Amino acid sequence: MKNRKLSKASRRAFMTYAAVIAAFVILQSLAAAGAMSSMLKGLLVPICAYVVMAVSLNLTVGVLGELSLGHAGFMSVGAFMGVTTAVALQNAVASKELRLVCALIVGAIFAGIVGFLVGIPVLRLNGDYLAIVTLAFGEIIKSIFNNLYLGIDSHGLHISLLDNKLRMDEGVKPIIGGPMGIGGIQKIANFATGFVLIMICLIVIFNLVNSRAGRAIMAIRDNRIAAESVGIPITKYKMMAFVTSAAMAGAAGALFALNFSTIVANKFDFNTSILVLVFVVLGGLGNMMGSIVAAAALTVLPEALRQFADYRMLVYAIVLIAVMLIRNNPTIRAFTGRLRPGKKGGAKE
Amino acid sequence: MSEQKRKRPATKMVPVQTRAIVPDRDADKSPILECHHLGIDFGGLTAVNDFNLMIGRTEIAGLIGPNGAGKTTVFNLLTKVYQPTRGTILLDGEDTSKMTTEQINRAGIARTFQNIRLFNNLSVEDNVKLGLHNHIEYGMWGGVLRLPKYWKEEKHAHESAMELLKIFEMQDLANAKAGSLPYGAQRRLEIVRALATNPSLLLLDEPAAGMNPSETAELMDNIVRIRDLFQIAVMLIEHDMNLVMGICEGICVLNFGQVIAKGTPDEIKSNPVVVEAYLGKKDKKKKKEV
Repeated sequence: MKNRKLSKASRRAFMTYAAVIAAFVILQSLAAAGAMSSMLKGLLVPICAYVVMAVSLNLTVGVLGELSLGHAGFMSVGAFMGVTTAVALQNAVASKELRLVCALIVGAIFAGIVGFLVGIPVLRLNGDYLAIVTLAFGEIIKSIFNNLYLGIDSHGLHISLLDNKLRMDEGVKPIIGGPMGIGGIQKIANFATGFVLIMICLIVIFNLVNSRAGRAIMAIRDNRIAAESVGIPITKYKMMAFVTSAAMAGAAGALFALNFSTIVANKFDFNTSILVLVFVVLGGLGNMMGSIVAAAALTVLPEALRQFADYRMLVYAIVLIAVMLIRNNPTIRAFTGRLRPGKKGGAKE
Repeated sequence: MSEQKRKRPATKMVPVQTRAIVPDRDADKSPILECHHLGIDFGGLTAVNDFNLMIGRTEIAGLIGPNGAGKTTVFNLLTKVYQPTRGTILLDGEDTSKMTTEQINRAGIARTFQNIRLFNNLSVEDNVKLGLHNHIEYGMWGGVLRLPKYWKEEKHAHESAMELLKIFEMQDLANAKAGSLPYGAQRRLEIVRALATNPSLLLLDEPAAGMNPSETAELMDNIVRIRDLFQIAVMLIEHDMNLVMGICEGICVLNFGQVIAKGTPDEIKSNPVVVEAYLGKKDKKKKKEV
C-alpha cells in the first residue's frame, strides 16, 4: 500500500506540493532574471503570508467545519510577538535567517497558546459560538496591541498598558509603542523562507488530514453525534485542529510583519479576517490548492488593478462575484470535469 | 385486560413480568447490561419511566412498541446522549452514571441510528477506520511526521477494516463515498462501523427500516451471524414483526414510556396488553350501542 498505489488523498497532496514548488521555481527565476515588475516583487512575501493564512483557516473552516471570524487576531499575535523576538535578538544573533526562523517559531507558539485559551471555553460548545467568540477575539487583540507598550533594556522586559509608563534606560526606545505599533523593523523576511513555511504548513495539514487525528476531525465535521457514538473525544480533536490553525496563522503574521518597516495593530482588523475567509470560500472548503490560488490571485489583484484608481474595488467585487458564479455553474463544472480523464462530470457536488 | 376506561395505558399499573428473559446459555454468566428503574423527564413530560431490563452476554433482545413509545429514548439513555433523570445502568456490572457518550462507547456499547448517521463525505473505508479509532495506536505527531508507527498501524487498520467490510461483502465499495451509497448499504455500513469499535453490546435502531422482505431476511441472518461470530449481545428496535419474532430471544414492549410486557416471542404474541397497545382496545360501550 505504501509504495504501490497512492490513495486519492495523497495524490492530491503531491499535486499540490508539485504546483507550489513549480510556482516557487518560476517566480524565483523570474525575479533573478529581473523580468519581474517591482510591484510583484514586493508582493511575494505578503502572498506567502496570505497563502499560509488561507491554508490554515481552511483547516478550521473546511476540515473542522467551524467558522472562525478572527483569524487576523492570531496573525496579529504572531506578528507582534515575532517582530519583538526579531528586534530583541538583533544584537545577539548575527544571522538574519536564524533570527527570522526564531521570529516565526515564537509567533507560532504565542498564537497557538492564545488559540488554546480561546478554544478552552468555546470548543466545548456546539453551534456557531466559535464564530461569535473569534469575532470578538479579533477586536480585543487589536485593542490590546493598540494600547501595549513593551521594551527591553539592561533591566529586562518592561510592559505597560494604556500609557507609556516604561522606565527604560536612557536612549533605549520601546519595541512596541502602543498605537504607533512597531517601527524601524529590519526587513528580514524573504520569499524563500515564505515558500518553506508554505511547504511546512501544507505537509503538516495533509499529513494530519490523512491520519487518525484528521479522520476524527473530519468525522466531527460530518456528524458530531455519530463521532461521539464511535468513541471520538470531540473537544480534543476540535482543539487540535484549531490550535494548529492558530499557530500557522501566527507564523504567517510574523513573516508578514518582518516584510514591512512598520507594523500597526489596525492592519489586522476584521476586514483582514474576512479577506482570508474569502480566500478560503473562493478556493473551496477543504481544498488547499484552491485556497493557495485564491490567496495569491486576490493579493495580486488589487495591486494589479491600481491603474483603475477609484474603480478598483468595484472591479475587485465584480471579479469575486464572477468567480463565485463560474465555480458553481453546473454546465462549466461538467465541462471541466470532462476535461479530466477518468472522472465523471462534477456537476453533482 | 383491565376494565379502566383511561386512554393512556401508561397510567394504569399493568402487571409486569419482573423476571429476566436471559437465554439459558447465558444464565450462569452475569448479564452484560442491567437497567434499574431507569427514567427521564423532559420538563414535565415523562418520556421513559421505571425501565428495568437485563440482557445476557450473547442474547438478541428486541425492544418494540408503538410510535412515540420511547424506544429510541431508551437507546439514547443507554448511550448517554441523554442523562437519565432516575435509575442506574450497569454495563458489565459497572455503573455508567458518570460516563459520557464517547466513554460509553469505549466501555463497550456501540449503536446505529434510526436516521442514518454516517460520515458522508468520507470513504467507506474511512468510516470503518473511524470505528477502529480507539484501536489505532499513534498520536497526532506520529501522523504528521509519518513515523514508522503510522505506516504499521494504518496498514493494520486497513486490513481490519477490510475484514469487517467482508461481513456484509462490501469490500468492493471501500473507496466509495459513504454518502453516495444506496440506502441499504448505508444501513449495513453503520452496523460495520459500530462493530469496528469492538463492542460487547450492539444497539441497532430500526436496522430493517426501508428494506424489502428479501433484504430483511438477509439482515436477520446477518444479525445472528454477527452475534455468533463476535459473541456479543444485540439489542434492536424494530417495527418489522417478522424480524423481531424471528430472531429475538427476549422481547420488551414499551408503551408511553413504560414497560408493558416482557417475555419470549411466543409470550409476547399472545399477550393481550401488547395487542391492545398496538391495535387498541375493544370498545364494549360502542358494541352495545350498535
